Amino acid sequence: MTTPVLEARGVTMRFGGLTAVRSVDFTVNAGEIVGLIGPNGAGKTTFFNCLTGLYVPTEGTVSYKGTVLPPKPHLVTQAGIARTFQNIRLFANMTVLENVLVGRHTRTKEGLWSALLRGPGFKKAERASEERAMELLEFIGLAHKRDHLARNLPYGEQRKLEIARAMASEPGLLLLDEPTAGMNPQETRATEELVFAIRDKGIAVLLIEHDMRFVFNLSDRVAVLVQGEKLVEGTSDVVQADERVIAAYLGEPFEGDPGEAEAAEVEAAEAAAEASPSTTSSTKGEAK
Amino acid sequence: MTETTKTPAPDAMPTPPALRGLIPLPAAAARALLLAGGIATAASAFLAWTWTDEFPGDLTFNGYPGGLQWLTFTAGVLTALFALASYGVRGLGWLLPARNNAPLVLTALGGFTVTWFTVIAISVELGGVVNLEPGGWIAAIASLLPVLGAFALPQERTAADGTKETLKAYIAKPDRIPAPQATSGWVQRAVITAVTIIGLGVFTYGIDTEYGQLFVGYLFVVTFAMWAIHTAGLLDRFSALVAANRSFTLAMGFAAAIAFPFTQTDDHYANIGVNILIFGTVALGLNIVVGLAGLLDLGYVAFLGVGAYTAALVSGSEFSTISGVHLPFWASALAGAAASLVFGVLIGAPTLRLRGDYLAIVTLGFGEIFRIAVNNMDGDSGPDVTNGPNGIANIPDLNLLGFNFGQAHDIGGFTLGRFANYYLLMVLIMAIVVLVYTRAADSRIGRSWIAIREDETAATAMGINGFRVKLVAFALGAALAGLAGTVSAHVTYSVVPTPYQFAGSTPPNSAFLLAAVVLGGMGTVAGPLLGAALLYLLPEKLVFLQDKSLLAFGIALILLMRFRPEGIIANRRRQLEFHETGQLDVPKQTTLTDEPAVTKAGA
Repeated sequence: MTTPVLEARGVTMRFGGLTAVRSVDFTVNAGEIVGLIGPNGAGKTTFFNCLTGLYVPTEGTVSYKGTVLPPKPHLVTQAGIARTFQNIRLFANMTVLENVLVGRHTRTKEGLWSALLRGPGFKKAERASEERAMELLEFIGLAHKRDHLARNLPYGEQRKLEIARAMASEPGLLLLDEPTAGMNPQETRATEELVFAIRDKGIAVLLIEHDMRFVFNLSDRVAVLVQGEKLVEGTSDVVQADERVIAAYLGEPFEGDPGEAEAAEVEAAEAAAEASPSTTSSTKGEAK
Repeated sequence: MTETTKTPAPDAMPTPPALRGLIPLPAAAARALLLAGGIATAASAFLAWTWTDEFPGDLTFNGYPGGLQWLTFTAGVLTALFALASYGVRGLGWLLPARNNAPLVLTALGGFTVTWFTVIAISVELGGVVNLEPGGWIAAIASLLPVLGAFALPQERTAADGTKETLKAYIAKPDRIPAPQATSGWVQRAVITAVTIIGLGVFTYGIDTEYGQLFVGYLFVVTFAMWAIHTAGLLDRFSALVAANRSFTLAMGFAAAIAFPFTQTDDHYANIGVNILIFGTVALGLNIVVGLAGLLDLGYVAFLGVGAYTAALVSGSEFSTISGVHLPFWASALAGAAASLVFGVLIGAPTLRLRGDYLAIVTLGFGEIFRIAVNNMDGDSGPDVTNGPNGIANIPDLNLLGFNFGQAHDIGGFTLGRFANYYLLMVLIMAIVVLVYTRAADSRIGRSWIAIREDETAATAMGINGFRVKLVAFALGAALAGLAGTVSAHVTYSVVPTPYQFAGSTPPNSAFLLAAVVLGGMGTVAGPLLGAALLYLLPEKLVFLQDKSLLAFGIALILLMRFRPEGIIANRRRQLEFHETGQLDVPKQTTLTDEPAVTKAGA
């Protein structure tokens, strides 16, 4: 539990004048499920993209198991970090099995020559890849749909397939970007079990989520990102109790509230009106 | 695989009595009219249609059809056959697996179109309807009868949606086609063999058409007949057969391709054949780039040029700037492919960092740069490499193991001329390219090409090095085009810069190559070959259209893209995309349960 799988140090991402992520330090340990929450526009997905090399962070480094990752998505995946996307990005016109096989890309070696010559090594590797892919499809429960086009799957199954595709790259860390977005309660519960099962396979999980019950049920630790900065990090209880988090989501009642005085005034006026009903009626008449 | 999804449905034959055709006739009478009309149409082909042999094909004989009359005859026979099958005549049931009326309508329309086209062509060309003999009038009326009969048949409402427009319902393919009975392996192979022989016959007939009118009529009949066969569900059944006997079909295809020059007596048609093969091979190479990797390359013909120029330079031609060098063919073929590969990498390395439209524009520019550079490397405005616009002429014929390609050879009683020799060489090259294409497509690298095409961001997030994989596709496509180019240099005796341009009225040029791929069907093997054959034959045969041929070509392209956007031969993905039922994009069958329906497991 102590070796960090992922270690982000001082990650900052600026788009022109806008600082989307501001010097975030973040670690995920082996075998952990970590949740990343925050209001809309807090920079969660930007942070994800920095971690996976889709964005080159303006400052800071990301390292996986002690080695600093180059900001190239395919190298990050090669190193052992796989991800899913907030809006599903499957290869829509490929079959379910092919989608998972594409996920195997970094763990197989066969190049063009091997494909053209079709030696015994090629066939063996293809068969092994397919077996592994089928295992994953069994794991998420889509094995019976292996030859369907990804585009034709129902929404929930597309989400699952995306997870299977990411797992095919045999990652040490899986990043899930809103895995339950648009799901009904049953599907969310199923996803919850799936994430636990993934953790039990020894894969650390980092997830962005808006479904608070889902996040707090699952996560060993939760980090809160607000306006690009990490506000709090801790266990579910700590984060849930933190007033700053509540404030970030609901807005805070700040001290010297001008509403307080007004409320007192209104109350006083009401009290006065009750005391002398005649005045009230006369004011009404004047108003007419 | 396909037939398992199309489970036999008891309600496959919609016979609600309330349905009537467009023309108010009892269904029995309509059917009879169809049958009689079909027979009459076929019979009318035996009459004299005109009095003079000035109209090509000589349609003046009674008792023997000529030229276009053969096409009318074929269409009439097809109509009659489908009509008989719809009566449920024993032994013809296989013609109409779906038991629908659409094939009847389409074959009737085919007969009607080709006959009326002929009659009108006679009247226009000879200057008036007086040039029609009574036979011509009879044929026109006879071919109209089955159309009347067809539209008097009750139109099918394909059970799913009753909202199909009236006319469309007549020619729609039913959603469900009963699964065929299981057949043994040798029956399947016999069917594939028979279809290959018929296909070769039809194809050869098209290439051998001697005048434009005959080719137009041929296109009418073939289009309507194929369409009818498609709506009857026979094409689906055949593709299932092909899927079950893939290697056998491939072997039969190549056997047919090899057999082609033996059916020809005139080397001119072998010339057309070899040009189609060169064009088709290059289109297949482009298919890797466009169809698999999804990179729009508008300058692809330059790689054909690189191959051709390389082969010409090392061919030992006296006009070559390095005329002392005379490599054997295998070496010059490798050199051509290697030179194209190098150019592919050189052009690809800077351009493939771009996406979509930008890539298209830049490749278009590089294609033109090649042509202009070759045009200027004449010793005046540049180094003396290519002789500028004069090109490299007098490229000697190939000589492989003592077999001189320039001479006619007698093989088993058949005379193979110069072009037939090159044709056979091109068949070999095409076999290599087909092998490379299919093997590359069905592998780790092929999957990553498709993944890149589908979603580049997701593909890189899955660990695919997008740039590298795209460069491999680009270089491989270029090398295949270069390989075809080495043969084309020898076939045409000389290489000049002009054919290697972006757009022109004759193939090959980049626009035509791209059109062949898109028209035939992206991502398939047969598609680009068929597209290339069509696009080569159209300008070749329709010389009477002259400068309007590009206009006609454009209109044809627009129509095809409107009505069959996936190309003539749809690839498996496209087919699943458009025709797999019981899925999310087919709302009527969507299951709302969380549990996946187990019955779909077979799909």
